Amino acid sequence: MELKTFKKGGIHPEENKLSVSAPIESLAPPAIVSIPISQHIGAPSKPLVKKGDEVKVGTPIAEMSSFISAFIHSSVSGTVSKIDDVVDSSGLRKQAIIIKTDGDTWEKSIDRSPELKKNFTLDASEIIEKVKKAGIVGLGGATFPSYVKLMVPKGKKAFAVVINGVECEPYLTSDHRIMLEKTDEILVGVSLIMKATNLKKAIIGIENNKPDAISIMRTKAKNFEGIEILPLKVMYPQGAEKQLIQAVTGKEVPAGGLPIDVGAVIFNVGTAFAIYEAVQKKKPLVERVVTVTGKAIPKPSNLLCRIGTPVANLLEQAGGSLENAGKIINGGPMMGKALVTPDVPITKGTSGILVMPKELATRKKESPCIRCAKCVTVCPMVLEPYLLSRLGRKYLWERFEVEKGMNCFECGSCSFTCPANIPLLDYIRVGKTEVGRIIRSRK
Amino acid sequence: MGSLLLNSILLLGSVGLVAASVLFFVAKKFYVYENPKIDEVDDVLPSANCGGCGFPGCRAFAEATVGATDLEELFCPVGGNETMKAVAKILGLEVVEKGPMVAVLRCNGSNENSPKKINYDGVSSCLSAHSMYAGEGGCPFGCLKLDDCVRVCDFDALKMDAKTGLPVVDEKKCTACGACVDICPRNIYELRPIGKQSKRVYVACLNTEKGAIAKKNCAVACIGCNKCVKVYDSGGAVVMKGLLSYISPQVDVENQGGYLVGSCPTNAIMGINVEAKKLPPKKKPSKPKEKES
Repeated sequence: MELKTFKKGGIHPEENKLSVSAPIESLAPPAIVSIPISQHIGAPSKPLVKKGDEVKVGTPIAEMSSFISAFIHSSVSGTVSKIDDVVDSSGLRKQAIIIKTDGDTWEKSIDRSPELKKNFTLDASEIIEKVKKAGIVGLGGATFPSYVKLMVPKGKKAFAVVINGVECEPYLTSDHRIMLEKTDEILVGVSLIMKATNLKKAIIGIENNKPDAISIMRTKAKNFEGIEILPLKVMYPQGAEKQLIQAVTGKEVPAGGLPIDVGAVIFNVGTAFAIYEAVQKKKPLVERVVTVTGKAIPKPSNLLCRIGTPVANLLEQAGGSLENAGKIINGGPMMGKALVTPDVPITKGTSGILVMPKELATRKKESPCIRCAKCVTVCPMVLEPYLLSRLGRKYLWERFEVEKGMNCFECGSCSFTCPANIPLLDYIRVGKTEVGRIIRSRK
Repeated sequence: MGSLLLNSILLLGSVGLVAASVLFFVAKKFYVYENPKIDEVDDVLPSANCGGCGFPGCRAFAEATVGATDLEELFCPVGGNETMKAVAKILGLEVVEKGPMVAVLRCNGSNENSPKKINYDGVSSCLSAHSMYAGEGGCPFGCLKLDDCVRVCDFDALKMDAKTGLPVVDEKKCTACGACVDICPRNIYELRPIGKQSKRVYVACLNTEKGAIAKKNCAVACIGCNKCVKVYDSGGAVVMKGLLSYISPQVDVENQGGYLVGSCPTNAIMGINVEAKKLPPKKKPSKPKEKES
């Protein structure tokens, strides 16, 4: 039987999953953490603590400031040393809560025992409330507050939960390791999501390059009702929500629409695990698994680290020196963003830290477009990247909008494929920024 | 042979006659009246089609002026007063004279003042760089040193200085059309009066961060020390906007410009054709605080 995948476009870059056999290790809490108040999509959270306050692991330190926002909890125990602006991954200064660590005391309510708590009696609204209070956001990278997704809007009808175990980005392995090591927890988390959304069916999509994860999930899913494991053909960008929904259900999310428009509620496996911990163990989102990898890293690892840990600490743990590092990338090689300094903190949305050696980090020389249309073939959103990029370069914003440039979700397949090394995506991104601004100003 | 020649002349001549009469009637029937003054005005305009007036091109500007009752809001920055006088003469309207303007770059974060901390190897576009990061020098308000403004300039008035890394405005060529003002993602350009004998004084910094942080990224950052506000003692031409000083174009450059330039401890105040002067030690300035938030 042929494996499913999405219909249009897609590429298959070299996988380079260097850290796939490295079990998840815990990283000791750092001496100092800086926890940005804006780690999610939506309004920045409002700090609840002030300088000099004592906090424990799991103490809420910032609360939601609007409907789309999230709680933030202290990831270490110690004292709040200041609330100040710190440099974030783009070199801009953003407000963060800085906590000096002293010991490692957790809030008493948190259950830290490793045993599996499978049964639950909570109803939907209680689960949603717990997810909201735990500050859980989508851990796949988009960081959309999860509790909002659990509340199916009135008038919309969902038919299935889709769980993203695809991890289509090369190099990254954090989701893969979670699936191997925390299988039962993820499945309980999925059951909780099904309960909260009142759905009877869940499909976990996993790419076929993770046979071990597929087999272990399949074996264990037999004990859970309504959960199906669906192996998918290896194809980037299958982890994007619209592509995954198409691969799993065959339905196409309309441009500008949400998954719920075709009846799907979609979560990452990491988020499912975090929801399990939040509901069953009362543990807020204070740590996450981050893959530290790349050809300049001697010991590629998967580290369970506290939110707010500086990237430098992770690199040290993985034995990486910065001597041969050309670029430190937050995320995967396709969609990740280069960091300006290794002192930036890990946030809820950091799935990986990739260190590229100098020889791989530089761009290749650009040559003229030969009109081969490879970019058109690979675009998963069926756009014309060569045209959009040209429009972005020439500041032709109106035409850019007409050509549906705003549907691009920046997967980078076009730039990756281009035989002329044209930085297509960079110029499309310019167009998206400007056209987005124009559209907002119309309102 | 003779009849062949005659026949063809007759045939082609009659075809021509029929076509001409059809064209004549169509032209009469579907005639669109257009004020002949539009053409006249269009002829005196510079035909740069730069959009500096706010209209899509010179023709659209001509149409707007012909329809207008006064020239208060309408001005061709490229042609300047001369052109506007000619336009006013055609239309029989009062001319509204405006002083010549020039674009100034309100950033002095040159390679020397704000050295490179990181390497940017993305595309050469300020719009792209701005959406991604703070800048090679680390200042999130300063010039990104790529060349979007140079590319949009229709008048060849901008050049990148290889040494400083900053764009340089050629005062003689700049028409103040505003293309660079619009394209700059950080709004660094400002159109200011060219000034008597090209004397201008302005704050070449837009950084609103705290002094210590701003200074870390750039040697000539405005640190919000308030000294220039204290030195200048007439009527609100120098104000603090948060932690950033702003010198308005109405400033008295002739008498006080030099003192303003001299008062700045970080040399953030730029004086074009103005010598820096130190204020002689004098009585405490009696200027009331002009803080704006």
